[in-house]
Amino acid sequence: MGDGQYRVDESLHDRLNQIDEQATAAVESGDEDELRARLEELTRTVTEAGERLEDDDLSASDLMVPPGDLSLEEARELYSGDGLIPDIPV
Amino acid sequence: MAGLMGRANTIVKAKFSKLLDRAEDPGETLDYSYEKQLELLQNVKRGIADVVTAKKRLQMQAAQLEQSVVKLDQQARQAVGQNREDLARLALERKSGVQQQLQGLDVQIQQLEAQQEKLIQSEKQLSAKIESFRTEKEVIKAQYSAADAQVKIGEAATGIGEQMADTGLAIQRARDKTAQMQARAGAIDELTEAGTLTDFTSGGQTDLDRQLAQLSSTSQVDSELEAMKAELGKGDDQAELPAGGAESKPEGTAS
Repeated sequence: MGDGQYRVDESLHDRLNQIDEQATAAVESGDEDELRARLEELTRTVTEAGERLEDDDLSASDLMVPPGDLSLEEARELYSGDGLIPDIPV
Repeated sequence: MAGLMGRANTIVKAKFSKLLDRAEDPGETLDYSYEKQLELLQNVKRGIADVVTAKKRLQMQAAQLEQSVVKLDQQARQAVGQNREDLARLALERKSGVQQQLQGLDVQIQQLEAQQEKLIQSEKQLSAKIESFRTEKEVIKAQYSAADAQVKIGEAATGIGEQMADTGLAIQRARDKTAQMQARAGAIDELTEAGTLTDFTSGGQTDLDRQLAQLSSTSQVDSELEAMKAELGKGDDQAELPAGGAESKPEGTAS
């Protein structure tokens, strides 16, 4: 999140899901360093292999990579309801 | 447990659909959404200004601490010169304390710099998407009766909704981080005021300052005394000789 949108080839989906699972496991076991490492790997994989969309592109994303410096606490917030992501001004 | 990526996506979509549900007529939904986007953009600009302010404050504190380091170093040298190892030690201990604070500040300044960069990027992305949304909105409104208008609204709105959520998160995190740092900057100010970490640059004299000042005034008096003794005792020759010699020498060698 915060780095723009990328279009990634389908062949990369399995790899991304695999890293995502490892990141989720890190949240469950409370390993913050591992969580950060996996999130950074996700971001790196997407930005290196993906094709950056223009800023004015309005396509919706299928997946969102959380920020690379997400803390364990923030990651838990992501699961416990929707505390992490602020409400869109209504 | 679902993956982090899917979870983030689900939440963003759910949040945005709440906003879309508020308006009944699609044209109204589009205008309403557009208004919200502009509000958020203003919010991002304020967020950037807040981060810049916080960063400036930390930079000022760092500059003050750097001056302290220089001054304490000079004081330590001065004390060593006067054979006051106890004072030199004291000055060096304080210098090391100040240097540690300084390192902490430098890390925080870098973090704020990164936050600022991120927000500027978010602002750029959001501005571009808002502009694109504005154009798209008019196109969709014009073909309002067409069957696919509803679908198009969903698409355009979701794309911008993601960016809004994304940007919203960036601002919120920047605000949190800034608040933490301001608390820390405030703590340093308090410490400075309480004298725990003396601000040597503020003009307030510490015991170390006074002792060193006394030493240096004593040594200044001594050296002035010596100079006066030399002047009176040994006559004028000594003082005039170097000046006279220096002036006549070039003339002698020029020809």
